[in-house]
Order: sequence, then C-alpha cells, then structure tokens
Amino acid sequence: MNEMSNKWIGQSTIRPDGAEKVTGRAEFAADTNMPGMIWGSVLRSPHAHARIVSIDTSKAEAHPGVKAVVTAQDIVDFPVDTPVPLGIQDMRWMCRNIMAREKVLFHGHPLAAVAATSEAIAAEACKLIEMEYEVLPWVIEIEDAIKPDAPILHEYLEHDGKPSNITGTLEHKLGDVEEGFAQADVIIERSFTTRPVHQGYIEPHACLVSVAADGKTTIWSSSQGQFMVRAMTAMLTDMPQSDIRAIPAEIGGGFGGKTIVYLEPVATMLSKKSGRPVKMVMSREDVMRASGPTSGSMSTVKIGATKDGQIVAAEGTFYLQAGALPGSPIRGAAGCGFAPYNIPNVHSVGIDVVSNRSKVAAYRAPGAPIGAFAVESVLDEVAEALNIDPLELRLRHAAREGTKAAHGPTYPLIGFVETIEAAIEHPHYKAPLGKHQGRGVASGFWFNAGGESSAQVNITEDGNVVVTTGHPDIGGSRAAIANVAAELLGIDYRRVSVLIGDTATVGYSNLTGGSRVLFASAMAVTDSAGQVITTLCERAAKIWDIDPDAVTWEDGEARPAGDNAGQFEPLSLADIAAQATQTGGPIGHGAQLNTTGAQGGFATHICDVEVDMDLGIVKVLRYTSFQDVGRAVHPAYVEGQMQGGVAQGIGWALNEEYIFDKDGHVDNPGFLDYRMPVCSDLPMLDAVMIEVPNPAHPQGVRGVGEVPLVPALAAIANAVHNALGLRFSSLPMSPPKVLAALEMPEAAE
Amino acid sequence: MADKREITVTINGQAQTAEVETRTNLADFLRHELELTGTHVGCEHGVCGACTVLVDGAAVRSCLMLAVQADGHEVTSVEGLAAADGTLHPVQEAFWKNHGLQCGFCTPGMVISVAAFLKDNPNPTEADVRSAISGNICRCTGYQGIVAAALEAAETMRQEG
Repeated sequence: MNEMSNKWIGQSTIRPDGAEKVTGRAEFAADTNMPGMIWGSVLRSPHAHARIVSIDTSKAEAHPGVKAVVTAQDIVDFPVDTPVPLGIQDMRWMCRNIMAREKVLFHGHPLAAVAATSEAIAAEACKLIEMEYEVLPWVIEIEDAIKPDAPILHEYLEHDGKPSNITGTLEHKLGDVEEGFAQADVIIERSFTTRPVHQGYIEPHACLVSVAADGKTTIWSSSQGQFMVRAMTAMLTDMPQSDIRAIPAEIGGGFGGKTIVYLEPVATMLSKKSGRPVKMVMSREDVMRASGPTSGSMSTVKIGATKDGQIVAAEGTFYLQAGALPGSPIRGAAGCGFAPYNIPNVHSVGIDVVSNRSKVAAYRAPGAPIGAFAVESVLDEVAEALNIDPLELRLRHAAREGTKAAHGPTYPLIGFVETIEAAIEHPHYKAPLGKHQGRGVASGFWFNAGGESSAQVNITEDGNVVVTTGHPDIGGSRAAIANVAAELLGIDYRRVSVLIGDTATVGYSNLTGGSRVLFASAMAVTDSAGQVITTLCERAAKIWDIDPDAVTWEDGEARPAGDNAGQFEPLSLADIAAQATQTGGPIGHGAQLNTTGAQGGFATHICDVEVDMDLGIVKVLRYTSFQDVGRAVHPAYVEGQMQGGVAQGIGWALNEEYIFDKDGHVDNPGFLDYRMPVCSDLPMLDAVMIEVPNPAHPQGVRGVGEVPLVPALAAIANAVHNALGLRFSSLPMSPPKVLAALEMPEAAE
Repeated sequence: MADKREITVTINGQAQTAEVETRTNLADFLRHELELTGTHVGCEHGVCGACTVLVDGAAVRSCLMLAVQADGHEVTSVEGLAAADGTLHPVQEAFWKNHGLQCGFCTPGMVISVAAFLKDNPNPTEADVRSAISGNICRCTGYQGIVAAALEAAETMRQEG
C-alpha cells in the first residue's frame, strides 16, 4: 500500500467505544444482570498442599437460600495420562485448576462452589462445607522444588525416570557452544532470579451464565477470547459448543491473564443445577491468590566474546515456575533471550517446574522479559569488560534480514538495527547525568502471532459500514480496525462501526493475545472489504449496464475505469446501497482466515534512574523506548502499548513481587501490599515508533503489544548498575534490597 | 438476619430512598441497588480508585464508605457527570479525545478524581496532575494520555470559566 495516499491509516482517530467508557455505560463483565439471577461463591483451599480425604456439602445444600452446590464431581475429569491440548493449554491441567481433584495444590485452590440468592448467603454456605484433608508438605520456590527430597506435587509426572517437579524442558541449539567458548577471550557467567508478578488488570474476573431448560447456554464474561471461553466451558461441562453462546463483555485489562477460564464452567454447572442465571465475581484477593501471576524464575547465562568485540558463544538455562500444574512460558524465556542477536553458537534451555502456588497464566510476552533480564544484564557486563559502548555492542550483533535465530527462523525484513541506531542518535543517550544517577540500555524480542481470525463487513441500507470481528478489544483495536476499513473503502472512519461479535454471530477467532489482534483481524477485514468492493463494482456495472471489469472503486465511489468504459457520474456507497435490492440484494462479505506472516517484534530501551542513598528508592527519571512497529495504523494506541508495557516493566523491576508466608500463603494479595506503579512513580515515557512495514501484511502491520515489556527489567537493572556500580541479579530492586546492597554489596545477588 | 435501615441519598441530582443492609458499602449500593454500574470495583480496599465518586463534591472511594453513611448526602457517580442534555463534562471529553484510556475500567474513577481535583486547582502543572491522580491505578496506559487529558480539561474549564 502506498503510504502517501493513506488517509486514515496512521491517524490517531477518536475511538468508537470512548463515549461509553467515559460515561460509565460500557458493560464490563460484572455489570450485566438477569431476572432471577443468583450469586455464586467459591470455597477455596486453606492449605498450600493437601490430599482431599472427604468433602461433605450436605449442610451447605440445606442452608436457606442455597440453590446449587458444585464440586469437582460436576466438572469433566480428563485423566492425567493422556494430553488434551487446547491451544497452548492442556485440559488435563485445566480441569484440575478450576476445581481441585485428588489434591489441593495451592492456597486458594477452588474446592467447591455454591449458588445462592445473595452473595453473602453463598459465601456463608461455603463455610458450611465440611472438608477433611491430609495436609502435605509444600514447596513454592524453584530452588526448593528441584531438590531431590522436595515434596512432589504430581507423583505420576517423571523426570529422569523418577517422580519430579520438573515437568518439561525445551532446548534450542545453534552451532557448537563448546567450540565457541574455546575461541572466547572474555567469558561472563551470571545467575539471576525474578519473582512472580501479577498482570494486575484492575477488573477482577467475572461472569454471568444462564443455562436454559433445553441446555442452551449464554455466557457473558470478561476474557481475552470468547471462543476460548466457549471451547473450554464446553469441554469442562461436556456440552456441545453449538449450545454455548459466549458474549464478550468489555474487558478491564488482561495482559495475558484472561486467556484461560476460572469461573465460567463453574457458573455454568451452578446455573444448570439451579435452573437460574448465576453471576460470579472474584474478589481482588481471589484474583491475587488464585489466578495466574507469571513465573518466578532462576536463570544462568554465559556469554563469551573475543577481545576485538565479537560474541562467539552464548548459553542460557532458564528455570520457570509453572505453579501448581505444568506449563510455564519456558519457550518465551529460552527462545527470546538470545533472539535479537546474530551469535554463531547458542545453547538455550528452558525448564518447567511445578510448585504449590497458583498456575501461571500468560503475561505480556510470556517468559521473554525473564530471558531478556538475564541475557541483557550479561551483555552489559560483556560490553563493560570489552570497553565497548553497550548499544554499539548490540548494533554489531543485531539480527537482520537473513540472520538465523537459535529458536528456528531465518529472519525476514525486520527493523531491529533501526531501533538501536535511533537510540544511539537520540538526545536521551547523550544527556548528562547527575550524582547517584545512571543510564542503562537493553533490547528485546517477542515472537508475535498470526492464526485464526474472522471478520464480516456489511454495507447498511443507507450506505454506511458495519464491521464485525471476533477479538475482545483490549487496547483500542476497534479504532484501528475502523481506520483500516475506512482506508480500504475510501470513506470517513466515522461511517464505519466496528463491533466485537459473540461466538454465535462471528466466525471463529483465536485469542486476543500474542500481539495478534490487529495483524490478523486487519487481514480478515482486508479480505472481506476486497470482496465488498468487487460487489460494489458489479452493482455499479449493472446500473450502468457495462462490464464489471470496466468499473473501479476510488475514494469511496464506483467510477468508470477509463474513457472506453463510458461516461457515467460516479456512484457513492450510499447510491449503490440504495439500489441494492434491485441489483442483487444485500451487500456484505466475510472472511475466515488462518493468518501467517506475523513477524517478530524488536525494541531497544534507554532508562535513566536516580537512587536515593538514604531510602534505597530507585526513581526512574527518564525512559525512551524505540520499537519496530511495522506500520502504526493508529499511532496513539501503538504508543499506548509501548508506554503501558514499560510501566509494567518498571513495576516488575522495582517493586512488584509475590511474598509467601510460612504457611505457603500469599502474604500480599491486595493492591496495598502488592505495589503497582502509580502516576507519580513514573516519568513521561517517551515512545519512538520506527516503521519498517511487514511485507507479509497488507497494511504492513507487525504486532506491537508485548515486546515493550521485554527489555525493561534489564534496562532498569543496567541503569542501577551504572548509578551504583552494583549489579542486581535478583528482582525486584525494592528499597529494602537496595539499602541492604548499599551496605553490603553481596546483597545485590 | 442482617440489620437494615432506610436511607435517602441524592444521587446524580435525584433523591432516592431505599432500605439497605447496614453492611452494604456505597459501591455495592450504587451498582446493585441502583444499577449504576459505571462505578467499578477493582480492589475493595480503597487503593485502585476505580470506585471513586463525589460525596458532597469531594472525591471518595465508594468501596470504603457504607451506604448508610451517605444518608442525607449528595452523591455524584460517573453517570451524573455529563450535563442533563448529555453534553460530556470537559474531563470526559478530554479523556476521550486524548486517548486517556485503553481498557476503560479505571476511567470512571479517574474522570471523577480529575474533575474533583480541577474544581479546586484550576491551573495545575503536570506535576500537580501526576500527584493528584496517584490515588488511582491505571495498569494499561502508563498514564500519559490521562495526564494530557487532565491538562487539556483544565484549559477548557478555565476558558469556559
């Protein structure tokens, strides 16, 4: 597409859902009610690890106001010996995550649920359920979970021939690292840890489910994929997908954490048993204890370089906490860490470790920030040892078109080099620093995803446009899709209405995740709009009685293709729509695609910090991120992704962490003690968009949502090192830890 | 059985009388009894600010106040901020135009907090705004659009007098 001719692509148009959101009318998951609705509440495990001996719900069932009780017996049991994959999830684990079976595996693990005429009665009735447990020793931290005598969570899962908490490994190899390290003059090897952190969406999980007498089921819920909600609920309740209509509510943040279900299958069974619509809303404490924070991690990275500044080998081992059931994002940590660089010999290993905390859910570029924290910290040390500017070192080794990555692909056209060059040239990189201040840089990579998306483009009878797509809009995607449709059809974006369809009204669309929504839905919209334009030209041809090939669509009108086609006044969308009935009927087309060509995202960050030497507070003074964004279809929302990702990275690096008490309970399950960045914690986050359009996409789109978080942890740690001469290998760099390290430098490790 | 009281609260300009359980907080009263679901509940312990409403013109976390405590007072929720004819409040308009939201869940509380702040501080600096909204958490935006929106709203309100 010729950029110069673009009218709407590249404009920060006003979002279509804005008025509803600033006036409080937008319907989030907890905002929907139904006549006869009752409330569901969940009984959760008081133990971090215990065998369930017995469960007696009779008193709860007899409690006045209680309409239904559900336990694991009501949820489909997928036997542990046969994988049941659904996307990246395995329903063997999902059925045990939403309702404990055999054992409780973390404090807060659901055991049963009650539906009653009020929220308070449902909660009271939960307390009447009589449980008998055999309490077991528990383990949470990776280093404890991999010890030979550690309590084992799943006796049937083996590693090296015996029961183990190591439940998966992944390995990437390129070249021969031993030969590589043999050539190295400088070898730096360091170990790192990061804490579990929560996605921190402000909207707690919620749903309303109504199962009719004939089994037809309607689910309103907040998720990152109504089709995921439908599929998982169908599997876990043994219902055909065609009986379930999953309606996506507005979603109050997700960041990956709403890519699986917690409540919907439970509410479905409660509704089925009670015959009433059932609403369930998690408390913040439930969200913190029992939904998926990302992995804590333990990594070792070793990089070797020659004294003339060539990196010859790199090796990494990344242990990630999966939580109670297997499936941590080892692919992101082991795959993305070295991916930005052209290094001839790479060996990268990811190791999945289960432990007695809630099962991880995806969090923005899952695993990748953990890998990048270790790799980019070591790179910083390598640059220092070689006396090379850290951005210059990255530039020399930057992946570019044709570079073979250790995780598999040979890169097509990418804009990583451009991000480093822009950082080097930026005034930020040259700005003076004061006392106790430091500057750090880091880069990062995220895979990005394509996959299934559907769209329908319909022309209304008055000649306007309704576009329906299948992905919950989590960051402004409706506004971007309106830009694409308006551009293609040659009309004002305000004439395009973009809706998110439910599972009954739009074709299958995979998750809002993997930075894939605009990439994939713009392709489906482009395909649909192309068919619509063909039809519009056919209709104009019919009206003019000429050959359809002699009609073109330009600036929102059908025009004769040239002088030979004849002399006709152009026909607008409204003109053609007005005659649609006479010329062949309604005008609209859909597309259902499995999209490919989503190419990786790259970013480079510069961060300045100042350390308060008395209080140990690290303050971020200035932050500039540089990202290859492909084509910024809606620049304000691309910047929003970049800034939001950096803000989360600042939280992860400096303050956020799960703290477990002596009983294995989360000790800080609320926003008071789990401290996310507020406005006064942050400086202006400068976002520099670099556009290297993706040649495999009709609008040049590259996913932009996740990579902004990837370099942030290392950029901040490198800045603190620059300020203090102390290298923190353990996150977060919170005030007590910084103070301890100022007094005793070993404490940084 | 839970203790109940009758209360009369002026909500968005209209007096409403209702019988409420004494344990019901103002947020749940607004959301469940009056179906004013624009007031969002994010943390239930007064930190995230999504449930902020005006009580007698002052910004208050409705999750930390009992409904019975609002008896005899005036409450403005996000639904009551726009003019009677639907014209958006300058703060609402500025949030919309300046992309001061991504998911929109924190937005009602942010909008109310900014509106209350600007009433008392018509000419704030950027630092003033950053400090004023630090009792509301937005996890999506990094706050840039929100700060821009607040500054633009201040400008608009000064011009409108």
